[in-house]
Amino acid sequence: MNLVGYIGKSVSYSVAEVGAVFILLCVAVKRIPKAVRQKHLVVEQMLKMGVGSIPLVLVTSVFTGGVAAVQAAYQFQNYVPLRYLGSVIGKSVVIELGPVLTALVVGGRVGASIAAELGTMKVTEQIDALETLAIDPIRYLVTPRLIAGVIMLPIITIFADFIAIMGGYIVALVGLGINTHVYFTSLKLFLGGLDIFSGLIKAVFFGIIIAMMGSHHGLKTDGGAEGVGLATTRAVVSSCLLVLITDYVLASLLFRGVFAG
Amino acid sequence: MNDVMIEITDLTKSFGENQVLKGVNLRVNRGETVVVMGRSGCGKSVLLKHIIGLMKPDAGRIVVDGIEVTALGGEELIEFRKRFGMLFQGSALFDSLSVWENVGLGLLEHTDLSEEQVRRIAREKLELVGLSQVDDLRPSELSGGMKKRVGLARAIAMDPPVILYDEPTTGLDPIMADVINQLIRRLQATLQITSIAVTHDMNSAMKIGDRLAMLYGGRIVFEGTPEEVKATDNEVVRQFVEGRAEGPIPIYEE
Ligand SMILES: Nc1ncnc2c1ncn2[C@@H]1O[C@H](COP(=O)(O)OP(=O)(O)O)[C@@H](O)[C@H]1O
Ligand SMILES: [Mg+2]
Repeated sequence: MNLVGYIGKSVSYSVAEVGAVFILLCVAVKRIPKAVRQKHLVVEQMLKMGVGSIPLVLVTSVFTGGVAAVQAAYQFQNYVPLRYLGSVIGKSVVIELGPVLTALVVGGRVGASIAAELGTMKVTEQIDALETLAIDPIRYLVTPRLIAGVIMLPIITIFADFIAIMGGYIVALVGLGINTHVYFTSLKLFLGGLDIFSGLIKAVFFGIIIAMMGSHHGLKTDGGAEGVGLATTRAVVSSCLLVLITDYVLASLLFRGVFAG
Repeated sequence: MNDVMIEITDLTKSFGENQVLKGVNLRVNRGETVVVMGRSGCGKSVLLKHIIGLMKPDAGRIVVDGIEVTALGGEELIEFRKRFGMLFQGSALFDSLSVWENVGLGLLEHTDLSEEQVRRIAREKLELVGLSQVDDLRPSELSGGMKKRVGLARAIAMDPPVILYDEPTTGLDPIMADVINQLIRRLQATLQITSIAVTHDMNSAMKIGDRLAMLYGGRIVFEGTPEEVKATDNEVVRQFVEGRAEGPIPIYEE
């Protein structure tokens, strides 16, 4: 097997993919002024993303918070007083766990459904039909999903943060015997504006990633039902990978300045 | 009035190794209906998609109403498509919209008409194609023939000057096929609509076409009026019209 050729091909394929997604994003952004005039399309997508994700995010977050409490208590043993549990849970949830786990869960659900819906429209010529009606598919399909992603991911993340903190609180109260006052005082003690801001900025980027990966893979689907399945898988895998990579990049950008300064 | 509405010159298109169009030349005059006949898979749908700019040719030119389609891109191309209606072979209805929204989507998007007015127009167009009381159904609740007719209603909803029909009667029962044939004739006669229909239904081709063209081997190999088609001694056309397995057209692709 020609390894060099294979690597070369993969690299050029990836570069082409990144370029295609970037162009799609630029066009989708350019269509925002026209797309916001049709509020019903945006609202429909927001409801689909938000309402449908709530049960999933609820379960994920409550257990994430709970686990964070149990694990933190274990690591604190003999080193850190348990009354600081609230701050460590608060910080890790708001900065990292809330946005990232929300993005992974929502990315799986919403990214897949965007790719499947647009992919089916592509293979059944509905995208072509839109174009023949002089309707730009990017304006009509992609931009509303992009706007919905950018608005809904931070909102869902705030919800997830809240639920996770409450999950941690329940474990702290029932399992570890930390009282309400102590938990919430220490929660507020170290939780700063930058923490909340960075969590929400991450969520905005994750919203863009999920909407764009779903749309990109959906729109370039070909080859019938099998193609739709493939597009769905690709959308989920690529958005999860990109979420994790972007998370690292944003964390470095947002927090390195603090240590350097 | 013999001015040219659609002019296709030396159009070629390949998909990888598969050369589908090898130099198609075709002219359609204003107000005329031309039927392109040909076997399944000979490139009829591909030809229509080039005319409306959904596909880009490898070489050749298409000029519609003085505008070169093949040179358009982006927003110009989207604007250009407002003069077309297109019926897709597989109907291509939007499954997320109801039947009346499917028919009225162009009007909802491009005009200031109220929802009530669009609904009324959609209902009129649906009646033209022999459908009533389906407005609020979803496409998934319709039969194949009904979908085709909703697709036709959608194609004519904006009263476009040019309509492209991809197999308008395939999958319809003979009676409904004739209703559609008559509708296509009537649109052409009363509104001077220019159209290209592609089909392999000879009965329909004879009824709706002012002129018939035979697409074979990636080229237009014959053009003529229905009478000329009946009288021709072109073996390819004869075999196709008579529906014989024996003749110059190979059954298997070479
Ligand atoms: N998007 C496409 N990609 C690759 N091949 C295609 C595409 N569209 C059509 N073809 C090929 O072009 C040929 C003609 O197809 P088509 O125009 O759909 O035939 P028909 O005359 O039945 O409408 C077929 O061999 C088909 O496989
Ligand atoms: Mg076809």
